[in-house]
Amino acid sequence: MSGTAAALAADVRAGRRTARSVVEEHLAAIGAGDGEIHAFNLVTTDEALAQADAVDAKVARGEDPGPLAGVPVALKDNLCTRGVPTTCSSRILEGWRPPYDATVVQRLAAAGGIMVGKTNLDEFAMGSSTENSAFGPTRNPHDTSRVPGGSSGGSAAAVAAGFAPLALGSDTGGSIRQPAALCGVVGLKPTYGRVSRYGLVAFASSLDQIGPFAATVADAALLYDVIAGHDALDSTSIPEALAPTAPGVATGVDGLRVGIISEMLDGSLAPDPDVARQLRAAAAALTAAGAEVDEVSVPAAIYGLSAYYLIAPAEASSNLARFDGVRYGLRVDAPTTGEMQRRSRTAGFGPEVKRRIMLGTYALSAGYYDAYYGKAQRVRTLIMRDFDAAYERFDLLLSPTSPTTAFAVGAKSDDPLTMYLNDVYTIPSNLAGHPAISVPFGTGDDGLPVGVQLLGPNLSEATMLRAAAVLEEAAK
Amino acid sequence: MLVMADRITRDEVAHVARLALLDLAEDELDRYTEQLAAVLDHAGDVEALDLADVPPMAHPMPLRNVFRADELTPALDRDEVLSQAPAAEDGRFRVPAILGEEP
Repeated sequence: MSGTAAALAADVRAGRRTARSVVEEHLAAIGAGDGEIHAFNLVTTDEALAQADAVDAKVARGEDPGPLAGVPVALKDNLCTRGVPTTCSSRILEGWRPPYDATVVQRLAAAGGIMVGKTNLDEFAMGSSTENSAFGPTRNPHDTSRVPGGSSGGSAAAVAAGFAPLALGSDTGGSIRQPAALCGVVGLKPTYGRVSRYGLVAFASSLDQIGPFAATVADAALLYDVIAGHDALDSTSIPEALAPTAPGVATGVDGLRVGIISEMLDGSLAPDPDVARQLRAAAAALTAAGAEVDEVSVPAAIYGLSAYYLIAPAEASSNLARFDGVRYGLRVDAPTTGEMQRRSRTAGFGPEVKRRIMLGTYALSAGYYDAYYGKAQRVRTLIMRDFDAAYERFDLLLSPTSPTTAFAVGAKSDDPLTMYLNDVYTIPSNLAGHPAISVPFGTGDDGLPVGVQLLGPNLSEATMLRAAAVLEEAAK
Repeated sequence: MLVMADRITRDEVAHVARLALLDLAEDELDRYTEQLAAVLDHAGDVEALDLADVPPMAHPMPLRNVFRADELTPALDRDEVLSQAPAAEDGRFRVPAILGEEP
C-alpha cells in the first residue's frame, strides 16, 4: 500500500491528496483481500467516507485537520463505537450498537483519523490465536494456513495486509504484542493508566490497556501520542501530562543500558532456537548502536503465567457478570429472570469464555480464595519487586515476544494450557502495569516473522520507542 | 502457611457453573473438569515460592478515590440506551418474573 501513516497524513494536510482518495484506496484493498484474511468483523465504508469528506472540507477551509488527517485506522471490535455494532466477537453482543464512543475513538476522530472497520478478536479478548472468535478465525497475511496470534489478531493482520496503516488493539496478557510479533508489525502496550480504558469492554480491569499497531515504529509513536493522556472518565487514568514521543523516535540508544532477561533467552523459559538466534542478533544490533547490553535475571517472571491465569479469569468472571440478557445483547426467553439469565449466558458465551469464567469463579470462591487468587496476588508483588531490582541496573529489558513464530490454524486450539504458554513473555509486564513493545526482527527457520520485546518501567514509552527504532533500522 | 487445594472435582465444577449462571452439558462438565485441573496443576508451580511475608497486590497503581466537581454533565441518552435492550417498557428495562411467578 501507499506509504506510512505519517506520510499519508502529511500529504492530506498539505492538500497533495484527498483523505477520500486515501480511504477509497484502503477500502478497495480490504474489499479485494479480506475475504481470505477475515481481519474485519465489519467494514464501515459509509462512515469512513463521510469522515474522510469532513477532513477534506477542513483542509479546504484552511483549518488544521489533525495529525492523523485522512489516515485509515482499524479498531478492535471491543472498543465501543457509537451507533456502530461492537461485538467483542461474541454471540452475546451480536448486533449491539453502543450508545457512546470509547475515549480513544473520540481522540482518533479529533486527530483526523478515519475508522475503516471493526477487527476480529478472540471472544472478549480471551485467546492467543483469534480462533476463539464466534465469527470464524482470522488468517495470518504472511501464510494463511497460520494464525495471526491474538487476541487482537484482526488488528495485527489488518496492518500486515496493508488494509490500514494503523490499528488499535487491547493487551491484557500480550494481546497486542504477540499478534504484532506473529504478523511482523509493531505493537505497543502502554503503561497501565496512560491510555483511557473508557469504552473498552472490560476483560481484566487491573491488566487491560489499549495500544497501537503500526507497520513502523514512528507510526506507532504517532498513534500512541494521539491516544495517550488523562481522561476524567477513567478513574485509573494517570493525570500527569507527558511530552509526545514521536519527535524523539530517531535519536538512538547511545549509552542506554539494556538487560536481556536470561530466563527468556536460554533459561527455563527459552524460546525456539530460531527465535533465540534473532534475540541475540537484536542484542548485538543494540550494542552496535551504542547501548550497553548485559544479561539480567528476573526470577519471579517464570511464575507470571500461573499468577495471570488465576488473576485474569478472576477479574473476568466479575466483569462478565454484566452480560445477563437484561440491558443489552442476547436474551433467550424464559419464564423467570434467573432462568432467562442462565439460558442467555449459556447460549451467548463460547467455550473459552465459559472456561475462564469458571476458572475465575472457582479461584474466588469460598475456601479457595487464599489458595489461588490470594497466592497469585502475592506472586504479582514478587514480579514487581524483581522488575524494580532489574530497572535499578537497566533502562530497558529485552526478551522474545513469543516462543515461536506463527503456528498452524488448529494446532493448539484443543489444549488450553498449551495455548496459554504463548503469553509467557508478555504477561509479566501486564502484572506489573509496565509498558512493553514488540518490534519485528528478522524471520524464523520457516520464513515467518519473529518479534522481539522491549520492556521498561512505568512511563518509559519514549525510551522504548527509540530502542525499537534502532532495531527496526538494523532489521532492514 | 498457604496450602494449595486438592484437585478440582466434577461436583465442584458443576457447583461453580451454577454460581456463574452457566448450564453445562454432561460432556462439557467432563471436559471442563479436566481442563481446569490442568491449569490449576500448572499454577501449583508457585508452591516453590515462600510467599508468607509477601503482601498481595491487586492493582499496578496506587489507587485512590477520584472525585469530580459536583456539576451537572450530560448523561447517556435514555432512549438510545433502551433501544439496545432486549425488552423495555415505560422508560425502563423489562425482565421476566423475578420471584418464579408468571408475569
